[in-house]
Amino acid sequence: MSAETVATVWAGLIAFAVLAYVILDGFDLGVGILFAAERGPEDRDTMVNSIAPMWDGNETWLVLGGGGLLGAFPLAYAVIMPALYPTIFGMLFGLIFRGVAFELRFRAETERARKLWDFSFFGGSTLAALCQGLTLGGLLQGITVVNRQYAGGWFDWLTPFTILCGVAVVTGYAWLGACWLVWRTETSLQDRARRQAMVLGLATLGLLVVVSLWTPFLNETFMRRWFGWPGILFTSPIPILVTSIAVAFWRGITRGHHLTPFLCALAIFVLCFAGLGISFYPLMVPPDITIWQAAAPRASQIFILVGASVLIPLILLYSGFSYWVFRGKVKAGAHYH
Amino acid sequence: MFDAFHLARAQFGFTVAFHIIFPAFSIGLASYLMVLEGLWLRTGRQVYLDLFRYWIKIFSIAFAMGVVSGLVMSYQFGTNWSQYADKAGPVIGPVMAYEVLTAFFLEAGFLGVMLFGMERVGRGLHFFATCMVAGGTLLSAFWILSVNSWMQTPAGFGIGPDGRMFPTDYWQVIFNPSVFVRVPHMVLASYLVVAFIVSGVAAWHLLRGHATPAVRTMFSMAMWMAAIVAPIQIGMGDLHGLNTLEHQPMKVAAMEGSWEPSGADGAPLILFGLPNMSGERTDYKIEIPHASSLILTHSWNGRVPGLKEVPPEDRPYAPLVFWTFRIMVGLGFLMFGLGVFSLFTRWRGTLHENRWLHRAALIMAPAPLVALLCGWMTTEVGRQPYTVYGVLRTADSISPIALPGVATSFAVFAVVYFVVFGAGVLVILRLMAKPPVPGETGINEDQPTRTAGIHPGLPGDVPTNSGEVSPLPAE
Ligand code: HDD
Ligand code: HEM
Ligand code: HEM
Repeated sequence: MSAETVATVWAGLIAFAVLAYVILDGFDLGVGILFAAERGPEDRDTMVNSIAPMWDGNETWLVLGGGGLLGAFPLAYAVIMPALYPTIFGMLFGLIFRGVAFELRFRAETERARKLWDFSFFGGSTLAALCQGLTLGGLLQGITVVNRQYAGGWFDWLTPFTILCGVAVVTGYAWLGACWLVWRTETSLQDRARRQAMVLGLATLGLLVVVSLWTPFLNETFMRRWFGWPGILFTSPIPILVTSIAVAFWRGITRGHHLTPFLCALAIFVLCFAGLGISFYPLMVPPDITIWQAAAPRASQIFILVGASVLIPLILLYSGFSYWVFRGKVKAGAHYH
Repeated sequence: MFDAFHLARAQFGFTVAFHIIFPAFSIGLASYLMVLEGLWLRTGRQVYLDLFRYWIKIFSIAFAMGVVSGLVMSYQFGTNWSQYADKAGPVIGPVMAYEVLTAFFLEAGFLGVMLFGMERVGRGLHFFATCMVAGGTLLSAFWILSVNSWMQTPAGFGIGPDGRMFPTDYWQVIFNPSVFVRVPHMVLASYLVVAFIVSGVAAWHLLRGHATPAVRTMFSMAMWMAAIVAPIQIGMGDLHGLNTLEHQPMKVAAMEGSWEPSGADGAPLILFGLPNMSGERTDYKIEIPHASSLILTHSWNGRVPGLKEVPPEDRPYAPLVFWTFRIMVGLGFLMFGLGVFSLFTRWRGTLHENRWLHRAALIMAPAPLVALLCGWMTTEVGRQPYTVYGVLRTADSISPIALPGVATSFAVFAVVYFVVFGAGVLVILRLMAKPPVPGETGINEDQPTRTAGIHPGLPGDVPTNSGEVSPLPAE
């Protein structure tokens, strides 16, 4: 394989890791965000129980995204991280509060401590989601690079567009979380989750439309991709598919299906991601750095690729096994005897 | 002093020092849990299951804190050390990617089953999950230490015209000259951490009159570990010193507080003293003639390097290196002493009765953690002023982040870490303050709702394994 091909394959792999992260941690951050709407301690326990065995695995995809980027595209890693320093750290702080709250809210001895940890679970999840949206927005709108180093200002990442992205990601994750709960819980909690999923679904789709219409105006490459020929050949099916899946989601949720809404929500996330991929290619860091410029030497990339091609399928296999072990509805309040 | 550069270094040191506390504990504890579960499966004795369940609750909290603090580490290479990431990334990035692919996913993939799966899978499979988590922590230690060792003793790479490094031979990158001493030294350190914490907890309960079979068993197990591992660690440390002398002479000079390279009559060992950077000498020293040569070169008059061999801007900050090294070594010998003491009481048959032993074990409980942190300080501060020894200076590794940025992130780190991890540590201490009880509940049973839905046989639930393979003894 030529160095160009290897780099392209790697870009695909990183995209895959990020996508896996977004949909997996997306629903479990979403469950945290939905703490805002659920007040009952028992329902909150059920919600946390539904994700407790997998959150660590879900988050590991984020480590792979970061680690893979450093190994395969060091230049991209080296300019994106300083440029988005506050949003990256905001995300990490959010994840700290949330990860520790997982364990400690169950061990709280007083009601007050428990409320505090619940708040830290909710706040951490929301902060992490918001910062991921800001990061995405910041990357989309482009990063100023001079001499292989970030050369922009402190608050370059903070614009109306990035804020919109932040809100969209929070809403979208909450939607995924609600759909997950529709699938994995029952009785009144499930009913509420269903109503939340309807509202959040509509909100997410609305925000998606706004972000999608805005994005092409950020950068010429994006514009050409979406409205120029032949880009439009690849891009036009996406809105069509999104619309039909949205319809399927609505039918599923109104007819009381358990799993369909979650699958539809996942499919919409995947499609949006594909849309982003089409806009980006062949850029790695808009507006100027391409995949090939950011790539590590071929030897570095080949070295991980060999391992990754064996290990990633294996990881998917045993992660899938772990999900399967914990399949089924998570029940509330039924006491252990 | 308070420029962005020094703050970034301090921030990295602070966050990694916090991080390492949790992995060190969970590397050792995961192995201990594996042993406990294996013993339980083999002997069927309830104490082992009780101990397994007692420690796994503590493990789950420590592990979560290790994960989130580690997440921070993996992004800091970009946020604070972006030039380093750009230049050294092609060499070390892939090694770190292997850590994620082989170790982190393995841990995370089986952690859920290990923590919550006792009622859901058969005994054999559960034990397998525990082994995978324990193996994952060891693998993770191997990879990250390989990266760190490469930064100490770089090999297998070239430098392009633009100053960026590229790999020439990954075998040499991964198995660089110091990985063979650093990995065992660190893994043994983790085992000591757990041996002393377990024995400290057991000693506390023995002193308070809870000499239950579980407490006695864990005290005896931990004391065996201490007695066996402490002397091996001292031997390993000696090997480590020889390796450092060969590859990082200035670090050894700083560790020894030695300014002039030694001459024909060998180098003395400076037991105590105050290295004086501006005066280029070590004040108030107490020396043992020839000892340094003897220890470092295993010969009476062997040559020991001195800091004056290189210009001042290439020297590490010796006072810190000198003292952290002594604290580590001193504590190592104290641990060895406690191990010998325990063997003596064991021989006299008073292991579970000797209150002096128990008091000593309680006081020594944090010693390996302190030694471990001091060891890392020696290693890392002694590597200065380089991030990649002899190749890339720390000053040329930094991100273009201005002072207010780093100051803000560091301040938030300090507050968040002390509050959040402090709370976690308090909860762990509270769990430790209760003795393990016969029929100890697992993570699940403490929180009825956790298992509620997954208990086999509840109507509407997905059927799991049949009753006879359920690892729960009938209650
Ligand atoms: C993979 C690499 C790696 C690993 C495993 C560690 N470190 Fe490190 N450390 C670095 C990579 C690094 C670094 C990126 O290279 C730093 C940042 C700036 C510097 O000079 O080196 C550093 C600096 C650094 C400093 C500041 C030194 C100075 O500026 O004078 C301290 C105190 C530590 N580290 C402590 C630790 C501890 C307690 C570790 C135990 C886990 C540890 N390091 C593991
Ligand atoms: C700067 C260096 C380091 C970085 C970037 C780093 C990165 C990480 C990351 C990202 C995680 C979370 C993984 C997950 O999601 O499961 C983690 C956890 C872990 N790290 Fe580190 N780490 C560093 C230093 C070390 C060292 C020196 C060791 C041990 C020798 C170590 C051992 C572990 C282990 C065993 C875990 C699993 C979690 C736990 O046991 O608490 N790490 N690390
Ligand atoms: C008592 C005899 C000991 C000796 C002679 C010794 C020697 C050394 C030496 C020479 C280094 C190397 C620094 C470098 O070149 O980078 C080191 C590092 C270290 N030591 Fe020790 N050590 C001893 C005991 C201990 C103990 C008891 C612990 C912890 C329980 C410990 C934990 C560490 C750690 C974590 C490091 C840093 C990681 C590494 O470089 O391996 N050491 N030690």
